[in-house]
Amino acid sequence: MNVLTDNFSTYGKGFLGTVELTVYASLLALVLGFVMASFRVAPVGSFRVFGTVWVTVLRNTPLTLLFFAVLLGLPRFGLVLPFKVFAVLALGCYTSAFICEALRSGINTVPKGQGEAARSLGMSFGQTLNNVVLPQAFRSVIPPVGSNLIALAKNSAIAGAFSVTELLGTYKTLNELGYSIIWTFIWIALGYLIITLTISAFFNFLEKRWGVAR
Amino acid sequence: MTATAHEESTALYDIPGPVARKRHFAYGVFSTLLILGLAGWILYLLFDTEQFTATKWTPFQYTGIQELLLTGLGNTLKAFAMAAVLSLVLGTVLAVGRLSDHKPVRWLATLIVEFFRAMPVLVMIFFIFVALKVHPLPALVAGLTLYNGSVLAEVFRSGINAVERGQREAAFALGMRKTQVMTHVLVPQAVRAMLPAIISQLVVALKDTSLGYLITYEEFLHAGKLIASNLDYDLPFIPVVMVISPIYIGMCMLLSWFATWVSKRQRRSPKTEAVDVAPAEPGTLLPGAQ
Repeated sequence: MNVLTDNFSTYGKGFLGTVELTVYASLLALVLGFVMASFRVAPVGSFRVFGTVWVTVLRNTPLTLLFFAVLLGLPRFGLVLPFKVFAVLALGCYTSAFICEALRSGINTVPKGQGEAARSLGMSFGQTLNNVVLPQAFRSVIPPVGSNLIALAKNSAIAGAFSVTELLGTYKTLNELGYSIIWTFIWIALGYLIITLTISAFFNFLEKRWGVAR
Repeated sequence: MTATAHEESTALYDIPGPVARKRHFAYGVFSTLLILGLAGWILYLLFDTEQFTATKWTPFQYTGIQELLLTGLGNTLKAFAMAAVLSLVLGTVLAVGRLSDHKPVRWLATLIVEFFRAMPVLVMIFFIFVALKVHPLPALVAGLTLYNGSVLAEVFRSGINAVERGQREAAFALGMRKTQVMTHVLVPQAVRAMLPAIISQLVVALKDTSLGYLITYEEFLHAGKLIASNLDYDLPFIPVVMVISPIYIGMCMLLSWFATWVSKRQRRSPKTEAVDVAPAEPGTLLPGAQ
């Protein structure tokens, strides 16, 4: 029990590290995912190919391999950044592929007639997108995006193994200090549960507020 | 004539007319050039930082190095095979538990499934490896089994529940017991429909075997790391990544394509008409959404 109270600052740092990683990587993943999803539904062939390759490759890449390549590989090109930035890049790019698919399938759930009706009313492309298609797609996209971001929070644990400060990495310090290893892990697990449950509560709220009524 | 121009049309666009098509073509040419330029720049960077020198690539000619890589690949596949079989077994057990008529059993199984789905796999693997002091391979396999088994349990359960209600009711009306209804009516239909979701989950398991690298299990990535950190070959890190990643990604893609192929085949099969299973979600923890 005193593992937590004695090392509150260590745990706090790790916890905040994980939260930081999750937030930044989520933002990157959402933006990149949106860009890639718009590429994948674009009428221009080469955009579609680029989006498809991005998604197919990243979805089939083991995240550890991606971390390995980004954190240890990019410095070879003379690109030296803090490990945390690299970790955010790797996590964000990886999750963006999943977000992209979620968004794309959301757009595809909007019936074709909706767009056709909007256009026949004389709406421009921007109007069709902003007033008709996206509001409808947004509703059906909430749960899958939520579960992808939860997966991201869980995946951020891998960053700890590449010496980025985060929750799982705290076990090493505490282990060296000779604390009970089982209790150390119980508090780490609780930390992750807090993060994932918070994300899931947030998306439940969004779902209740805007989700599709079934 | 233009029917093939844009097959997967969405609500976003009309079928483009001649002017729009000309414009799209121009965009296409421009963006292709941009992408090619980007690729060229990366290639230039690779040459510029001397990634294609002979010293960095010769190690791959030595049989010792090749054997090291192959052993690594073998270990990855071994961990995957064990984790796949065990998680299928655990998934079945937990799904049976969740579908049980006895409340305590159902409750226990739900608790286990929800807990292990909510935990990062890596935390479980590290816990087993560090706290329980298990060897790397069993630790990796156990961690993967707990996580993927729990996800698969959920897939199995939703698959069984997705079989049309009439099937179950008809079977009960014929006087079958619950076990008979399950084994003779529901499971055979559900398994066929669940196959794509199961295979996609196995892709996740295959990808996650690379976590073994972090607990010093001598798998594919570990072998790569050994070669990459060799000073004699001028630290061939990028070459190693260029050799390893196509193999890794290729294996996962093959399995993913297999899943897509199975699901496409099934859409035409009358045997699975009564079931409609959503693919396994990467990590669901939406307690209110169930």
